[in-house]
Amino acid sequence: MIEVAGLSKRYGQKLAVDDLTFQVRPGIVTGFLGPNGAGKSTTMRMMLDLDRPTAGAVRIDGKRYTDLKDPLTYVGALLDAKALHGGRSAYNHLLCLAQSNGIPASRVGEVLDTVGLTAVAKKRSKGFSLGMGQRLGIAGALLGDPQILMFDEPVNGLDPEGIHWIRNLMKSLAAQGRTVFVSSHLMSEMALTADHLVVIGQGRLLADTSMADFIRTNSRSYVRLRSPQQERLRDVLHQAGITVVTAGNGTLEVDGVASEQLGELAAQHQLVLHELSPQQASLEEAFMQLTAGSVEYHAHSEPASGQGWGSTGGEN
Amino acid sequence: MAVAQVLNSEWTKIKSVRSTVWTLTMAFVFTVGLGFLISLLSKDQFSKMNARELQFIDPTLTSFAGTGLGQLAMIVFGVLVVGNEYSTGMIRTSLAAVPRRGAFLFSKIGIATLLAFAVALVTSFVTFFVGQAALGRFKASIGDPGVLRAVFGGALYMTLIAVFAMGVATILRSPMLSLGILMPIFFLIAPILGGVEATRKIAQYLPDQAGTKVMQVVTPENDVAPYGPWGGFGIMVAWAALAVLCGWLVLKNRDA
Repeated sequence: MIEVAGLSKRYGQKLAVDDLTFQVRPGIVTGFLGPNGAGKSTTMRMMLDLDRPTAGAVRIDGKRYTDLKDPLTYVGALLDAKALHGGRSAYNHLLCLAQSNGIPASRVGEVLDTVGLTAVAKKRSKGFSLGMGQRLGIAGALLGDPQILMFDEPVNGLDPEGIHWIRNLMKSLAAQGRTVFVSSHLMSEMALTADHLVVIGQGRLLADTSMADFIRTNSRSYVRLRSPQQERLRDVLHQAGITVVTAGNGTLEVDGVASEQLGELAAQHQLVLHELSPQQASLEEAFMQLTAGSVEYHAHSEPASGQGWGSTGGEN
Repeated sequence: MAVAQVLNSEWTKIKSVRSTVWTLTMAFVFTVGLGFLISLLSKDQFSKMNARELQFIDPTLTSFAGTGLGQLAMIVFGVLVVGNEYSTGMIRTSLAAVPRRGAFLFSKIGIATLLAFAVALVTSFVTFFVGQAALGRFKASIGDPGVLRAVFGGALYMTLIAVFAMGVATILRSPMLSLGILMPIFFLIAPILGGVEATRKIAQYLPDQAGTKVMQVVTPENDVAPYGPWGGFGIMVAWAALAVLCGWLVLKNRDA
Protein backbone atom coordinates (compact mmCIF):
# COMPACT_ATOMS: atom_id res chain seq x y z
CA MET A 1 0.00 0.00 0.00
CA ILE A 2 1.30 3.41 -1.02
CA GLU A 3 -0.35 6.47 0.48
CA VAL A 4 0.25 9.87 -1.07
CA ALA A 5 -1.06 12.78 0.98
CA GLY A 6 -1.05 16.42 -0.09
CA LEU A 7 2.09 15.88 -2.12
CA SER A 8 3.51 18.96 -3.85
CA LYS A 9 6.78 19.73 -5.57
CA ARG A 10 7.86 23.15 -6.68
CA TYR A 11 10.80 23.83 -9.00
CA GLY A 12 11.39 27.57 -8.82
CA GLN A 13 8.20 29.18 -10.10
CA LYS A 14 6.79 25.99 -11.53
CA LEU A 15 4.55 23.72 -9.50
CA ALA A 16 5.37 20.31 -10.95
CA VAL A 17 3.19 18.35 -8.53
CA ASP A 18 0.22 20.09 -6.98
CA ASP A 19 -1.39 18.71 -3.81
CA LEU A 20 -1.75 15.10 -4.92
CA THR A 21 -3.65 12.73 -2.63
CA PHE A 22 -4.34 9.13 -3.59
CA GLN A 23 -3.68 5.56 -2.53
CA VAL A 24 -2.24 2.63 -4.43
CA ARG A 25 -3.76 -0.61 -3.22
CA PRO A 26 -2.44 -4.18 -3.27
CA GLY A 27 -3.72 -6.95 -5.50
CA ILE A 28 -4.38 -4.79 -8.57
CA VAL A 29 -2.44 -2.95 -11.23
CA THR A 30 -2.84 0.79 -10.74
CA GLY A 31 -2.15 2.86 -13.82
CA PHE A 32 -0.63 6.29 -13.32
CA LEU A 33 -1.63 8.22 -16.37
CA GLY A 34 -0.86 11.69 -17.62
CA PRO A 35 0.54 13.55 -20.59
CA ASN A 36 4.29 14.12 -20.85
CA GLY A 37 5.42 16.60 -18.22
CA ALA A 38 2.37 15.99 -16.00
CA GLY A 39 4.55 15.17 -12.99
CA LYS A 40 4.39 11.38 -13.04
CA SER A 41 8.13 10.77 -12.76
CA THR A 42 8.55 13.51 -10.17
CA THR A 43 5.83 11.89 -8.07
CA MET A 44 7.48 8.50 -8.38
CA ARG A 45 10.88 9.93 -7.44
CA MET A 46 9.29 11.46 -4.33
CA MET A 47 7.83 8.06 -3.45
CA LEU A 48 11.41 6.74 -3.30
CA ASP A 49 12.66 9.81 -1.45
CA LEU A 50 14.98 10.69 -4.33
CA ASP A 51 13.31 14.10 -4.62
CA ARG A 52 12.14 15.88 -1.49
CA PRO A 53 8.51 17.08 -1.51
CA THR A 54 7.84 20.79 -1.07
CA ALA A 55 4.77 19.77 0.92
CA GLY A 56 2.96 16.58 1.84
CA ALA A 57 4.28 13.08 2.33
CA VAL A 58 4.37 9.55 0.98
CA ARG A 59 3.93 6.53 3.23
CA ILE A 60 4.92 3.02 2.23
CA ASP A 61 3.01 0.54 4.41
CA GLY A 62 2.68 3.39 6.88
CA LYS A 63 6.38 4.29 6.92
CA ARG A 64 8.58 6.86 5.25
CA TYR A 65 10.73 5.30 2.51
CA THR A 66 13.91 6.40 4.29
CA ASP A 67 12.85 4.53 7.42
CA LEU A 68 12.39 1.20 5.65
CA LYS A 69 14.99 -1.35 6.67
CA ASP A 70 16.39 -2.82 3.44
CA PRO A 71 13.96 -0.87 1.21
CA LEU A 72 14.45 -3.10 -1.84
CA THR A 73 12.63 -5.84 0.06
CA TYR A 74 9.59 -3.53 0.39
CA VAL A 75 9.60 -1.59 -2.86
CA GLY A 76 11.07 -2.53 -6.21
CA ALA A 77 11.22 0.27 -8.73
CA LEU A 78 12.16 0.73 -12.34
CA LEU A 79 12.35 4.47 -12.84
CA ASP A 80 14.95 4.79 -15.55
CA ALA A 81 16.40 1.79 -17.33
CA LYS A 82 19.56 3.77 -18.04
CA ALA A 83 20.19 4.52 -14.36
CA LEU A 84 23.17 2.20 -14.10
CA HIS A 85 26.91 2.16 -14.72
CA GLY A 86 27.37 0.85 -18.25
CA GLY A 87 30.84 -0.45 -17.46
CA ARG A 88 29.55 -2.90 -14.89
CA SER A 89 28.21 -6.32 -15.87
CA ALA A 90 24.53 -7.08 -15.39
CA TYR A 91 25.45 -9.61 -12.72
CA ASN A 92 27.64 -7.21 -10.75
CA HIS A 93 25.08 -4.41 -11.06
CA LEU A 94 22.46 -6.61 -9.42
CA LEU A 95 24.97 -8.06 -6.96
CA CYS A 96 25.90 -4.65 -5.52
CA LEU A 97 22.20 -3.80 -5.14
CA ALA A 98 21.52 -7.15 -3.46
CA GLN A 99 24.43 -6.77 -1.04
CA SER A 100 23.35 -3.28 0.02
CA ASN A 101 20.01 -4.72 1.19
CA GLY A 102 21.22 -8.01 2.62
CA ILE A 103 19.64 -10.01 -0.20
CA PRO A 104 21.43 -13.34 -0.82
CA ALA A 105 23.62 -13.39 -3.94
CA SER A 106 21.78 -16.48 -5.19
CA ARG A 107 18.76 -14.24 -5.81
CA VAL A 108 20.72 -12.40 -8.55
CA GLY A 109 20.79 -15.52 -10.71
CA GLU A 110 17.10 -16.09 -10.11
CA VAL A 111 15.97 -12.65 -11.26
CA LEU A 112 18.33 -12.72 -14.24
CA ASP A 113 16.63 -15.96 -15.20
CA THR A 114 13.17 -14.44 -14.69
CA VAL A 115 13.88 -11.58 -17.07
CA GLY A 116 15.77 -13.77 -19.53
CA LEU A 117 19.21 -12.16 -19.25
CA THR A 118 21.16 -15.15 -17.93
CA ALA A 119 23.09 -15.50 -21.20
CA VAL A 120 24.43 -11.93 -20.99
CA ALA A 121 24.85 -11.77 -17.20
CA LYS A 122 28.62 -11.27 -17.43
CA LYS A 123 28.41 -8.71 -20.24
CA ARG A 124 28.84 -5.02 -19.55
CA SER A 125 25.46 -3.33 -19.71
CA LYS A 126 26.58 -0.48 -21.98
CA GLY A 127 26.22 -2.87 -24.93
CA PHE A 128 22.60 -3.67 -24.03
CA SER A 129 19.68 -2.72 -26.24
CA LEU A 130 16.90 -0.60 -24.77
CA GLY A 131 14.79 -3.70 -24.22
CA MET A 132 17.62 -5.53 -22.46
CA GLY A 133 18.26 -2.48 -20.27
CA GLN A 134 14.57 -2.42 -19.41
CA ARG A 135 14.71 -6.10 -18.47
CA LEU A 136 17.77 -5.48 -16.30
CA GLY A 137 15.93 -2.63 -14.56
CA ILE A 138 12.99 -4.94 -13.92
CA ALA A 139 15.35 -7.59 -12.57
CA GLY A 140 16.59 -4.95 -10.10
CA ALA A 141 13.01 -4.18 -9.09
CA LEU A 142 12.25 -7.87 -8.49
CA LEU A 143 15.51 -8.50 -6.61
CA GLY A 144 14.17 -8.08 -3.08
CA ASP A 145 10.92 -9.97 -3.80
CA PRO A 146 9.04 -6.81 -2.74
CA GLN A 147 5.30 -6.49 -2.12
CA ILE A 148 5.24 -3.13 -3.92
CA LEU A 149 6.44 -2.60 -7.48
CA MET A 150 6.75 0.64 -9.37
CA PHE A 151 7.42 0.98 -13.07
CA ASP A 152 7.86 4.29 -14.85
CA GLU A 153 6.90 3.97 -18.53
CA PRO A 154 8.08 0.34 -18.70
CA VAL A 155 7.03 -0.35 -22.27
CA ASN A 156 8.86 2.61 -23.79
CA GLY A 157 11.07 1.48 -26.61
CA LEU A 158 10.19 -2.18 -26.31
CA ASP A 159 9.35 -4.50 -29.17
CA PRO A 160 5.88 -6.14 -29.22
CA GLU A 161 7.20 -9.30 -27.59
CA GLY A 162 8.75 -7.28 -24.77
CA ILE A 163 5.57 -5.25 -24.29
CA HIS A 164 3.53 -8.44 -24.09
CA TRP A 165 5.96 -9.86 -21.55
CA ILE A 166 5.81 -6.78 -19.31
CA ARG A 167 2.00 -6.66 -19.39
CA ASN A 168 1.78 -10.28 -18.30
CA LEU A 169 4.44 -9.77 -15.66
CA MET A 170 2.55 -6.84 -14.11
CA LYS A 171 -0.72 -8.73 -14.12
CA SER A 172 0.82 -11.81 -12.54
CA LEU A 173 2.54 -9.69 -9.86
CA ALA A 174 -0.78 -8.11 -8.98
CA ALA A 175 -2.48 -11.51 -9.00
CA GLN A 176 0.03 -12.61 -6.36
CA GLY A 177 -1.40 -9.88 -4.14
CA ARG A 178 1.33 -7.32 -4.73
CA THR A 179 0.86 -3.61 -5.20
CA VAL A 180 1.71 -2.68 -8.79
CA PHE A 181 1.97 0.98 -9.76
CA VAL A 182 2.79 1.71 -13.37
CA SER A 183 2.98 5.01 -15.20
CA SER A 184 2.24 5.66 -18.84
CA HIS A 185 1.26 8.46 -21.14
CA LEU A 186 -0.71 6.03 -23.32
CA MET A 187 -4.30 5.32 -22.38
CA SER A 188 -4.41 2.39 -24.79
CA GLU A 189 -1.59 0.73 -22.88
CA MET A 190 -3.30 1.27 -19.53
CA ALA A 191 -6.60 -0.07 -20.87
CA LEU A 192 -4.88 -3.40 -21.40
CA THR A 193 -3.18 -3.74 -18.04
CA ALA A 194 -4.59 -1.48 -15.33
CA ASP A 195 -7.49 -2.24 -13.01
CA HIS A 196 -7.46 1.18 -11.45
CA LEU A 197 -6.49 4.58 -12.83
CA VAL A 198 -4.92 7.65 -11.30
CA VAL A 199 -4.89 10.41 -13.90
CA ILE A 200 -2.91 13.61 -13.45
CA GLY A 201 -2.35 16.69 -15.60
CA GLN A 202 -0.03 19.59 -14.80
CA GLY A 203 0.63 18.01 -11.43
CA ARG A 204 -3.02 17.94 -10.38
CA LEU A 205 -5.21 14.93 -9.78
CA LEU A 206 -7.81 14.66 -12.57
CA ALA A 207 -9.28 11.24 -11.85
CA ASP A 208 -8.89 8.43 -9.34
CA THR A 209 -11.22 5.72 -10.50
CA SER A 210 -11.52 2.06 -11.40
CA MET A 211 -10.84 1.25 -15.04
CA ALA A 212 -14.40 -0.08 -15.45
CA ASP A 213 -15.90 3.18 -14.19
CA PHE A 214 -13.59 5.19 -16.38
CA ILE A 215 -14.66 3.28 -19.47
CA ARG A 216 -18.34 3.55 -18.55
CA THR A 217 -18.14 7.28 -17.96
CA ASN A 218 -15.84 8.23 -20.76
CA SER A 219 -16.43 6.00 -23.72
CA ARG A 220 -18.95 7.69 -25.98
CA SER A 221 -20.79 5.64 -28.59
CA TYR A 222 -22.56 7.33 -31.47
CA VAL A 223 -23.68 6.75 -35.05
CA ARG A 224 -22.07 8.48 -37.99
CA LEU A 225 -24.28 9.41 -40.94
CA ARG A 226 -23.32 10.66 -44.37
CA SER A 227 -25.84 11.62 -47.03
CA PRO A 228 -25.90 13.65 -50.28
CA GLN A 229 -29.18 15.08 -48.93
CA GLN A 230 -27.69 16.28 -45.73
CA GLU A 231 -30.05 19.20 -45.14
CA ARG A 232 -33.18 17.07 -45.50
CA LEU A 233 -31.71 14.34 -43.31
CA ARG A 234 -31.04 16.96 -40.66
CA ASP A 235 -34.65 18.17 -40.76
CA VAL A 236 -36.06 14.63 -40.59
CA LEU A 237 -33.94 13.76 -37.59
CA HIS A 238 -34.81 17.07 -35.97
CA GLN A 239 -38.53 16.43 -36.41
CA ALA A 240 -38.08 12.99 -34.83
CA GLY A 241 -36.62 14.74 -31.80
CA ILE A 242 -33.08 13.43 -32.36
CA THR A 243 -30.12 15.71 -31.61
CA VAL A 244 -27.64 15.91 -34.45
CA VAL A 245 -24.09 17.13 -34.38
CA THR A 246 -22.35 18.24 -37.56
CA ALA A 247 -18.86 16.79 -37.66
CA GLY A 248 -16.08 17.43 -40.14
CA ASN A 249 -16.09 16.21 -43.75
CA GLY A 250 -19.86 16.69 -44.08
CA THR A 251 -20.84 13.92 -41.70
CA LEU A 252 -23.50 13.96 -39.01
CA GLU A 253 -23.16 12.32 -35.59
CA VAL A 254 -26.01 11.09 -33.42
CA ASP A 255 -25.64 10.09 -29.79
CA GLY A 256 -27.82 7.55 -28.03
CA VAL A 257 -29.93 6.32 -30.93
CA ALA A 258 -29.47 2.85 -32.44
CA SER A 259 -28.25 2.69 -36.05
CA GLU A 260 -31.22 0.45 -37.01
CA GLN A 261 -33.69 3.14 -35.97
CA LEU A 262 -31.81 5.80 -37.94
CA GLY A 263 -31.65 3.63 -41.05
CA GLU A 264 -35.38 2.93 -40.92
CA LEU A 265 -36.11 6.61 -40.42
CA ALA A 266 -34.06 7.49 -43.51
CA ALA A 267 -35.81 4.77 -45.53
CA GLN A 268 -39.24 6.06 -44.56
CA HIS A 269 -38.32 9.45 -46.00
CA GLN A 270 -36.54 7.88 -48.99
CA LEU A 271 -33.25 9.48 -48.19
CA VAL A 272 -30.02 8.18 -49.73
CA LEU A 273 -27.37 7.31 -47.17
CA HIS A 274 -23.69 6.91 -48.06
CA GLU A 275 -22.74 5.98 -44.57
CA LEU A 276 -24.49 4.64 -41.51
CA SER A 277 -21.93 3.42 -39.02
CA PRO A 278 -21.93 2.90 -35.26
CA GLN A 279 -18.79 4.46 -33.71
CA GLN A 280 -17.05 3.99 -30.39
CA ALA A 281 -14.89 6.88 -29.22
CA SER A 282 -11.62 5.41 -28.00
CA LEU A 283 -10.41 5.68 -24.43
CA GLU A 284 -7.47 7.55 -25.88
CA GLU A 285 -9.88 10.28 -26.98
CA ALA A 286 -11.56 10.28 -23.57
CA PHE A 287 -8.17 10.66 -21.95
CA MET A 288 -7.23 13.46 -24.32
CA GLN A 289 -10.42 15.31 -23.46
CA LEU A 290 -9.83 14.83 -19.75
CA THR A 291 -6.32 16.22 -19.96
CA ALA A 292 -6.96 18.72 -22.75
CA GLY A 293 -6.76 21.67 -20.40
CA SER A 294 -3.57 20.51 -18.79
CA VAL A 295 -1.26 19.36 -21.53
CA GLU A 296 2.19 20.76 -20.90
CA TYR A 297 3.40 20.99 -24.47
CA HIS A 298 0.70 21.76 -27.01
CA ALA A 299 1.38 21.26 -30.67
CA HIS A 300 -0.41 24.15 -32.32
CA SER A 301 -2.16 23.11 -35.49
CA GLU A 302 -2.28 25.37 -38.52
CA PRO A 303 -5.58 27.26 -38.90
CA ALA A 304 -6.25 25.70 -42.31
CA SER A 305 -6.24 22.18 -40.90
CA GLY A 306 -8.64 22.94 -38.09
CA GLN A 307 -10.92 20.05 -38.93
CA GLY A 308 -8.16 17.52 -38.90
CA TRP A 309 -9.15 15.86 -35.63
CA GLY A 310 -12.08 14.00 -37.12
CA SER A 311 -15.15 12.92 -35.21
CA THR A 312 -14.44 14.52 -31.86
CA GLY A 313 -13.69 17.92 -33.36
CA GLY A 314 -17.20 18.90 -34.30
CA GLU A 315 -19.07 19.14 -31.03
CA ASN A 316 -19.79 22.83 -31.27
CA MET B 1 20.23 -1.31 7.25
CA ALA B 2 23.57 -2.45 8.43
CA VAL B 3 26.54 -0.36 7.37
CA ALA B 4 28.43 -3.60 6.68
CA GLN B 5 25.96 -4.35 3.86
CA VAL B 6 26.57 -0.98 2.26
CA LEU B 7 30.36 -1.33 2.58
CA ASN B 8 30.11 -4.75 0.96
CA SER B 9 28.03 -3.31 -1.86
CA GLU B 10 30.44 -0.43 -2.46
CA TRP B 11 33.35 -2.86 -2.56
CA THR B 12 31.55 -4.81 -5.28
CA LYS B 13 30.90 -1.59 -7.17
CA ILE B 14 34.47 -0.35 -7.06
CA LYS B 15 36.07 -3.62 -8.11
CA SER B 16 33.61 -4.26 -10.93
CA VAL B 17 34.53 -1.29 -13.14
CA ARG B 18 37.66 -1.00 -15.25
CA SER B 19 38.36 2.64 -14.40
CA THR B 20 39.41 1.55 -10.90
CA VAL B 21 42.14 -0.68 -12.28
CA TRP B 22 43.51 1.72 -14.84
CA THR B 23 43.48 4.87 -12.73
CA LEU B 24 45.26 3.17 -9.83
CA THR B 25 47.72 1.49 -12.19
CA MET B 26 48.47 4.89 -13.73
CA ALA B 27 49.03 6.36 -10.27
CA PHE B 28 51.58 3.63 -9.57
CA VAL B 29 53.34 3.80 -12.95
CA PHE B 30 53.57 7.61 -13.08
CA THR B 31 54.80 7.98 -9.52
CA VAL B 32 57.39 5.21 -9.67
CA GLY B 33 58.46 5.80 -13.27
CA LEU B 34 58.86 9.55 -13.16
CA GLY B 35 60.45 9.32 -9.69
CA PHE B 36 63.02 6.90 -11.08
CA LEU B 37 63.84 9.09 -14.10
CA ILE B 38 64.21 12.25 -12.05
CA SER B 39 66.34 10.41 -9.49
CA LEU B 40 68.64 9.26 -12.31
CA LEU B 41 68.99 12.82 -13.62
CA SER B 42 69.44 14.21 -10.11
CA LYS B 43 72.35 11.86 -9.47
CA ASP B 44 74.35 13.66 -12.19
CA GLN B 45 73.30 17.03 -10.87
CA PHE B 46 74.22 16.12 -7.28
CA SER B 47 77.66 14.93 -8.33
CA LYS B 48 78.45 18.46 -9.59
CA MET B 49 77.44 20.13 -6.32
CA ASN B 50 79.79 21.48 -3.67
CA ALA B 51 79.71 20.45 -0.03
CA ARG B 52 77.49 23.36 1.06
CA GLU B 53 74.88 22.64 -1.58
CA LEU B 54 74.94 18.94 -0.74
CA GLN B 55 73.72 19.77 2.77
CA PHE B 56 70.36 20.60 1.30
CA ILE B 57 69.78 17.70 -1.09
CA ASP B 58 66.80 15.54 -0.12
CA PRO B 59 67.14 12.11 -1.74
CA THR B 60 63.81 10.93 -0.30
CA LEU B 61 61.86 13.87 -1.68
CA THR B 62 63.75 13.56 -4.98
CA SER B 63 62.52 9.99 -5.43
CA PHE B 64 58.96 11.25 -4.91
CA ALA B 65 59.25 13.76 -7.77
CA GLY B 66 56.77 11.66 -9.80
CA THR B 67 54.04 12.31 -7.25
CA GLY B 68 53.05 15.48 -9.10
CA LEU B 69 51.97 13.40 -12.07
CA GLY B 70 50.84 10.33 -10.15
CA GLN B 71 48.47 12.44 -8.07
CA LEU B 72 46.56 13.38 -11.24
CA ALA B 73 45.70 9.70 -11.72
CA MET B 74 44.61 9.59 -8.08
CA ILE B 75 42.40 12.63 -8.72
CA VAL B 76 40.82 10.85 -11.70
CA PHE B 77 40.29 7.77 -9.53
CA GLY B 78 38.58 9.80 -6.80
CA VAL B 79 36.48 11.81 -9.24
CA LEU B 80 35.30 8.73 -11.15
CA VAL B 81 34.43 6.69 -8.06
CA VAL B 82 31.88 9.32 -7.04
CA GLY B 83 31.23 11.17 -10.29
CA ASN B 84 30.30 8.09 -12.32
CA GLU B 85 27.30 7.59 -10.05
CA TYR B 86 26.02 10.93 -11.32
CA SER B 87 27.10 10.78 -14.96
CA THR B 88 25.60 7.32 -15.46
CA GLY B 89 22.40 7.96 -13.47
CA MET B 90 23.34 5.08 -11.16
CA ILE B 91 22.94 7.50 -8.23
CA ARG B 92 19.15 7.17 -8.35
CA THR B 93 19.33 3.38 -8.29
CA SER B 94 21.92 3.53 -5.50
CA LEU B 95 19.93 5.92 -3.33
CA ALA B 96 16.72 3.96 -3.83
CA ALA B 97 18.64 0.95 -2.46
CA VAL B 98 20.35 2.96 0.30
CA PRO B 99 18.14 5.95 1.11
CA ARG B 100 20.26 6.94 4.10
CA ARG B 101 22.52 9.23 2.17
CA GLY B 102 25.18 9.61 4.84
CA ALA B 103 25.60 5.83 5.05
CA PHE B 104 25.82 5.67 1.25
CA LEU B 105 28.39 8.44 0.83
CA PHE B 106 30.65 7.57 3.75
CA SER B 107 30.65 3.88 2.83
CA LYS B 108 31.58 4.74 -0.74
CA ILE B 109 34.32 7.17 0.27
CA GLY B 110 35.51 4.82 3.02
CA ILE B 111 35.97 1.86 0.67
CA ALA B 112 37.59 3.97 -2.04
CA THR B 113 39.92 5.54 0.53
CA LEU B 114 41.05 2.16 1.86
CA LEU B 115 41.73 0.92 -1.66
CA ALA B 116 43.57 4.12 -2.57
CA PHE B 117 45.67 3.85 0.59
CA ALA B 118 46.60 0.22 -0.12
CA VAL B 119 47.77 1.14 -3.63
CA ALA B 120 49.46 4.33 -2.42
CA LEU B 121 51.36 2.47 0.29
CA VAL B 122 52.80 -0.01 -2.20
CA THR B 123 53.49 2.83 -4.64
CA SER B 124 55.27 4.86 -1.99
CA PHE B 125 57.65 2.13 -0.85
CA VAL B 126 58.43 0.99 -4.39
CA THR B 127 58.98 4.62 -5.40
CA PHE B 128 61.40 5.15 -2.55
CA PHE B 129 63.52 2.06 -3.12
CA VAL B 130 63.59 2.40 -6.91
CA GLY B 131 64.47 6.09 -6.59
CA GLN B 132 67.21 5.47 -4.06
CA ALA B 133 68.70 2.77 -6.27
CA ALA B 134 68.87 5.33 -9.09
CA LEU B 135 70.52 7.91 -6.83
CA GLY B 136 73.49 5.64 -6.19
CA ARG B 137 75.90 7.08 -3.62
CA PHE B 138 73.54 9.96 -2.75
CA LYS B 139 70.83 7.63 -1.56
CA ALA B 140 69.00 7.84 1.73
CA SER B 141 68.29 4.80 3.88
CA ILE B 142 64.84 3.86 5.14
CA GLY B 143 66.33 3.88 8.65
CA ASP B 144 67.57 7.50 8.46
CA PRO B 145 65.76 10.00 10.66
CA GLY B 146 62.48 11.14 9.11
CA VAL B 147 62.70 8.89 6.06
CA LEU B 148 60.16 6.28 7.10
CA ARG B 149 57.78 9.10 8.05
CA ALA B 150 58.26 10.67 4.61
CA VAL B 151 57.66 7.40 2.74
CA PHE B 152 54.61 6.61 4.81
CA GLY B 153 53.54 10.24 4.43
CA GLY B 154 53.83 9.91 0.66
CA ALA B 155 51.20 7.17 0.78
CA LEU B 156 48.94 9.28 3.00
CA TYR B 157 49.39 12.24 0.65
CA MET B 158 48.29 10.25 -2.41
CA THR B 159 45.31 8.88 -0.47
CA LEU B 160 44.17 12.30 0.68
CA ILE B 161 44.40 13.72 -2.82
CA ALA B 162 41.91 11.03 -3.84
CA VAL B 163 39.66 11.82 -0.86
CA PHE B 164 39.73 15.53 -1.72
CA ALA B 165 38.76 14.67 -5.30
CA MET B 166 35.88 12.48 -4.06
CA GLY B 167 34.59 15.36 -1.94
CA VAL B 168 34.78 17.81 -4.84
CA ALA B 169 33.01 15.37 -7.18
CA THR B 170 30.21 14.95 -4.61
CA ILE B 171 29.79 18.71 -4.46
CA LEU B 172 29.84 19.21 -8.23
CA ARG B 173 27.96 15.99 -9.14
CA SER B 174 29.74 15.74 -12.47
CA PRO B 175 33.04 14.05 -13.35
CA MET B 176 33.81 16.38 -16.27
CA LEU B 177 33.23 19.51 -14.22
CA SER B 178 35.23 18.10 -11.31
CA LEU B 179 38.20 17.18 -13.49
CA GLY B 180 37.94 20.51 -15.29
CA ILE B 181 38.42 22.28 -11.98
CA LEU B 182 40.79 19.92 -10.14
CA MET B 183 43.26 19.30 -12.97
CA PRO B 184 44.16 22.97 -13.56
CA ILE B 185 44.35 23.59 -9.81
CA PHE B 186 46.81 20.79 -9.13
CA PHE B 187 48.68 20.85 -12.38
CA LEU B 188 48.94 24.58 -13.06
CA ILE B 189 47.59 27.02 -10.53
CA ALA B 190 49.08 25.61 -7.33
CA PRO B 191 52.59 25.13 -8.80
CA ILE B 192 52.54 28.59 -10.39
CA LEU B 193 51.33 30.35 -7.27
CA GLY B 194 53.80 28.33 -5.22
CA GLY B 195 56.64 29.26 -7.54
CA VAL B 196 56.13 33.01 -7.38
CA GLU B 197 57.49 34.78 -4.31
CA ALA B 198 54.53 37.15 -3.92
CA THR B 199 51.84 34.47 -3.92
CA ARG B 200 53.71 31.73 -2.10
CA LYS B 201 52.37 32.82 1.28
CA ILE B 202 48.85 31.95 0.12
CA ALA B 203 49.75 29.01 -2.10
CA GLN B 204 51.49 27.21 0.73
CA TYR B 205 48.10 26.60 2.29
CA LEU B 206 46.73 24.84 -0.80
CA PRO B 207 46.22 21.10 -0.23
CA ASP B 208 49.04 19.83 -2.41
CA GLN B 209 51.56 22.49 -1.43
CA ALA B 210 50.94 21.88 2.26
CA GLY B 211 50.60 18.13 1.91
CA THR B 212 53.88 17.50 0.07
CA LYS B 213 55.71 18.83 3.15
CA VAL B 214 55.16 15.41 4.74
CA MET B 215 57.48 13.87 2.14
CA GLN B 216 60.31 16.26 3.01
CA VAL B 217 63.20 14.94 5.08
CA VAL B 218 65.69 17.81 4.66
CA THR B 219 64.38 21.34 5.19
CA PRO B 220 65.32 23.42 2.14
CA GLU B 221 67.70 26.37 2.52
CA ASN B 222 65.15 29.14 1.94
CA ASP B 223 62.15 27.45 3.54
CA VAL B 224 59.46 29.89 4.65
CA ALA B 225 56.67 27.43 5.47
CA PRO B 226 55.24 28.15 8.94
CA TYR B 227 54.44 24.47 9.46
CA GLY B 228 56.36 21.20 9.76
CA PRO B 229 55.73 17.90 7.89
CA TRP B 230 52.74 16.88 10.00
CA GLY B 231 51.49 20.46 10.22
CA GLY B 232 51.39 20.64 6.43
CA PHE B 233 49.74 17.28 6.31
CA GLY B 234 47.16 18.50 8.83
CA ILE B 235 46.27 21.37 6.51
CA MET B 236 45.68 18.85 3.73
CA VAL B 237 43.51 16.70 6.00
CA ALA B 238 41.45 19.80 6.77
CA TRP B 239 40.97 20.46 3.03
CA ALA B 240 39.89 16.89 2.34
CA ALA B 241 37.55 16.86 5.35
CA LEU B 242 36.02 20.16 4.26
CA ALA B 243 35.43 18.88 0.72
CA VAL B 244 33.80 15.67 1.95
CA LEU B 245 31.68 17.57 4.48
CA CYS B 246 30.42 20.00 1.82
CA GLY B 247 29.77 17.06 -0.50
CA TRP B 248 27.73 15.34 2.20
CA LEU B 249 25.67 18.49 2.78
CA VAL B 250 24.98 18.79 -0.96
CA LEU B 251 23.98 15.12 -1.22
CA LYS B 252 21.83 15.32 1.90
CA ASN B 253 19.87 18.36 0.80
CA ARG B 254 19.55 18.14 -2.96
CA ASP B 255 17.23 16.05 -5.09
CA ALA B 256 19.00 13.09 -6.64
